[in-house]
Amino acid sequence: MTAGVSGYRKQEESITLSGEALTEELMTINMGPHHPSTHGVLRLIVTLEGETVRDIKPVIGYVHTGIEKTAEDKAYWKAIPVVERMDYLSYYFNAMAFCGAVEKLLEVDVPPRAQYLRVIHLELNRIMSHLVWLGTSCIDLGAISVWWYCFREREAVLDLFEMSSGQRMHTRYFQVGGVIEDIPRGWVERVRRFTKEMRTRADQYAALLDKNEIVLQRLRHTGIVDEQTLLGLGVTGPLLRATGNPWDLRKAAPYSSYEDFDFKIPVGTIGDNYDRYRVRHAEIYESCDIIDQALDGLPEGPFVTTDRKVALPPRHELATSMEALIHHFKLVTEGFRVPPGEVYNPIESPRGELGCYVRSDGSSRPARVHMRDPSFVNLQATAPATRNSYIADLVATLAMLDPVLGGVDR
Amino acid sequence: MPDATGLELLAQDLRAADPDAVLGTSYFREEATIEVAPAALRRAAETLRAKGYAFMASCHGVDYYPEEPRLGVHYQLLDMPSVDRICLKARVTIEDPHVPSLCDLWPGANHPEREVYDMFGVVFDGHPDLRRILMPEDYEGHPQRRDFPIGGEPVLFTYNEDKVPGWTR
Repeated sequence: MTAGVSGYRKQEESITLSGEALTEELMTINMGPHHPSTHGVLRLIVTLEGETVRDIKPVIGYVHTGIEKTAEDKAYWKAIPVVERMDYLSYYFNAMAFCGAVEKLLEVDVPPRAQYLRVIHLELNRIMSHLVWLGTSCIDLGAISVWWYCFREREAVLDLFEMSSGQRMHTRYFQVGGVIEDIPRGWVERVRRFTKEMRTRADQYAALLDKNEIVLQRLRHTGIVDEQTLLGLGVTGPLLRATGNPWDLRKAAPYSSYEDFDFKIPVGTIGDNYDRYRVRHAEIYESCDIIDQALDGLPEGPFVTTDRKVALPPRHELATSMEALIHHFKLVTEGFRVPPGEVYNPIESPRGELGCYVRSDGSSRPARVHMRDPSFVNLQATAPATRNSYIADLVATLAMLDPVLGGVDR
Repeated sequence: MPDATGLELLAQDLRAADPDAVLGTSYFREEATIEVAPAALRRAAETLRAKGYAFMASCHGVDYYPEEPRLGVHYQLLDMPSVDRICLKARVTIEDPHVPSLCDLWPGANHPEREVYDMFGVVFDGHPDLRRILMPEDYEGHPQRRDFPIGGEPVLFTYNEDKVPGWTR
C-alpha cells in the first residue's frame, strides 16, 4: 500500500455497510487520534448517516513503542520494568503475567507471603484502574465532579504504592520469585484504613450515579452486545461479565493463592453500558474484601524465593559470604538463565484476560515476549457495540469499553 | 490443561481425520501443545472447537531463528466450562509464510492475526482485512523477526528529516 492520501482513501473504501436502505447521504469522518473521548491515542474512522453510526473502524498503533522487541534485548529481570509500561493503568498485572510466565519456565516456587503481598497489590491496582476508568468515563458523560472524587482516592492508592515500593507508577515491585522487598512498618494499617474509606467512597459514587437521570439516559440500553458475539470476539473481563457470564480467571483458574479468598464475581444481565458500569463499580467492593482477607491472613516468612540463582541475596550477606557475592555478581551482570521452552501465563487484569507468552532459548534473555493484552482484543467489540446507534452513544460506549491505548499498541 | 494422555487422545482424533495433520505434541510445564501442518490448521481448529475448545484466547507470532521452519503461529484455545487450555501451533518458512486464517471461526482472530502479519510477515489466507495494524502502513520489513535489529530504524529529527529514507515532504 502506498503512503499518503491514497492509503487513507483505501481504508475508507474498505468499510462495509450494513444492508439497510439508506435514507440520507453517508459521511465518513475521522475521530481522533487526539480526541478527548478516545481515552488515549485512538483513531476511529466513523461512517455516519445523519447522526447514526453505520460503521466504525478503529485505527491503532499511534503509541506503539516496540516494548516486546525491547524486552528481547534485556535480561529477564531487566525486562520487568519495560513490560510494566505496556498497560499504564495496570502495571502490577503486566509484571505479574510476565513474572508468572518466567517462574513457570524456571519452576520456581513463590513463598506464601510473597503471593499474598502480590494479591494485595494487584487488588489495590485493580481499584486504582477502575477509579481512573470511572473518572474519565464520567467526564465523557459530562460530569466532571466524579473525576475529582475518583482521583482523590486514586492518589491514596498511589501513596500506598509509593510507601511499599518507592514509586507511584511502574513500581517494579514484583520480581521473579516474589517481591522486591517486604512491606514497611505501618503499611498494613494504612491499607486497612484505605479499604474502609474506599467502601464509603464507593457508596457515595453509587449515590451520585446509580439513579442519576443523565447516567441512566446515557447508559441504559446503549452499546448492547450479546454474550455469544463477545465470546466469538475473544472479549473477557467486565465486558463479558456484564452479559451475565461469570468468567473470571481468579475463580476459574486461581493463581497466586486466589483460592484462599472468599469473594464474589459481580455480573450484569443484558450487557449494556449501565451493566458495565455496575459490574466495575461492584468489583471495587470485592477487591476491598480480598485485600482485607489477605491482610488478615498474611503469612510470615520470606518475601522472595530463597533460590539464590534467581533472587538477589540479602545485602548483609555480601559482606561475609563469598557465595552471595558471586551470585550477586552473576545476577546483576548476566542475569539468570532460563531453561528452553515456551509458556503462556494468563491472569485476570482489570480489563480481562492478560496473558503473557514467553519463549526461552536457554539464554539469559527472552527469545520472545508477547502480551495478549485485553484492551487490544476488546477493542474489536467497538464496531458491534456502536453500529446503528447515535454518535453520542459511541462516546459513552467507548468510555465503558475502557480500552487503554498503552496496552493496545504496546 | 488436558493431561499428557488427554493430549495424545486429542492428537489421535486429529490424525484420524487427516493422517498427516499432526506433526508433534508436547507437554511442557503442564501446558499441552499440538503442532499441526499449516495446511491442516483450519481443520484441526474446527475439530478442537467442536470438542469444546470454543474460545480463542490468544494468537501469538514467534520467530524460531535460527531453527527452521522459522516462523510460528500459536493459537491458545480455551474450553471455558472445564477450564482447559490447549495450544495449536503451526510453523511456516520465511519463503512460504502462508497459513489459513481462522477469522471466520473466531471473529476475534482478526486483530491478533493482523498483528502477527505486521510483526512477522505471516500471511493469513482468507483474512478479511489483512493490513498492518501497529506499524505505519508504508513501513518496510517485519520488526519482530529476530534478524531485524533493534535500532534498525533511523529516528526522525528535524535535522535529518531530509535524509531519512522513505521520507518525503
